[in-house]
Amino acid sequence: MDHAEHHEEHPMISYGTYISVWLALLILTSLTVAIAGFDLGKYTTAVAMLVAVVKTTLVGLYFMHLRYEPKVFHYMILVTFLIMVVIVIFTFVDGNRFSYLSHEVPADVHH
Amino acid sequence: MSHTANIAAPAHIHKDYNGAKIGMWLFLFTEVLLFGGLFLIYAVYRTAHPHDFAEAAKELNVVLGALNTAVLLTSSLTMALAIACIHRAKKTLALTFLGITILCALAFMVVKYIEWGSKISHGLYPGSEYLLANYSKGQRIYFGLYYSMTGLHALHVIIGATILVVMFYVIYQRPNESHRWDVFGKEELNGCRVAILDKDGNEKWGSEIDESVKQVHLKMRYYSMPKRIKHEDYVSLENSGLYWHIVDVIWIFLFPLMYLIG
Repeated sequence: MDHAEHHEEHPMISYGTYISVWLALLILTSLTVAIAGFDLGKYTTAVAMLVAVVKTTLVGLYFMHLRYEPKVFHYMILVTFLIMVVIVIFTFVDGNRFSYLSHEVPADVHH
Repeated sequence: MSHTANIAAPAHIHKDYNGAKIGMWLFLFTEVLLFGGLFLIYAVYRTAHPHDFAEAAKELNVVLGALNTAVLLTSSLTMALAIACIHRAKKTLALTFLGITILCALAFMVVKYIEWGSKISHGLYPGSEYLLANYSKGQRIYFGLYYSMTGLHALHVIIGATILVVMFYVIYQRPNESHRWDVFGKEELNGCRVAILDKDGNEKWGSEIDESVKQVHLKMRYYSMPKRIKHEDYVSLENSGLYWHIVDVIWIFLFPLMYLIG
């Protein structure tokens, strides 16, 4: 009975692992805030997103235990990620048409 | 045919815990795509109005945003620790960490209330006359997205915290360990005796097992073995935790995109 149950269970993950991940997340957050002060031009957002992806990976692998889950979980996440990438790419392929969004519309204020 | 009286532990009802977790993940994907759509709208309008977005973002309080990020990250830590404690069959410690997680959710909402409250009292909310009169189209779109995205996220924090409160109650209510032995219909057990003895070996309570007895039930306040855990609690707490972590992950993206573009 027990071996069947334990088969589906994660190995014991030490409290220390979780605390290290938490510290890394806090450091990365300070990093995000710190680099926002510098003007990296068009790369500012890219760097912030890169840090956010690293933080998400840490949360996923350790807090959400993905590191210890069967491969099927990883494939499912990959597929969802690819769907998002496809949606974004197809939207921005049309990006040269976004200019019509920038036309200033006079605010219609009722007094 | 066996003549040994075999009172085995109750038959374990097999449940597909991996299936439960896959189901939870599928739900999380719909959440990711829901917010993904909003992030896409954000990306498109920010491409169209980069300077307006940067200007409008200066109205936000970076310190409060960073504070809320730290609060959510800490709540994710205590959530993970609560699951680790259930894994180790430490009920009280698990409930303590779960309680801290719920308090963090509350703290997040209080900070959110302060932030929104000060914006709204300055007339900065979608459709306000002040906003329409003094801000450009791009800035108005920024505030529209700010309220809808952080608002939807705050709704998820409330839902997540409610789930955690329910889990707290469920785990709090659980006896730490219980055993049931079905004896009904096992004739070889008839005439056997179940008893509790005091320290001198005298019987404090006892009962014969006869045809009328269906089950012997032992309920304990503490886990007799640290290895034994409540698997159902473990999986439901893990799934609640997955929801809580996805709320955290969404904020990890919202914070730099809303607060740090000024």
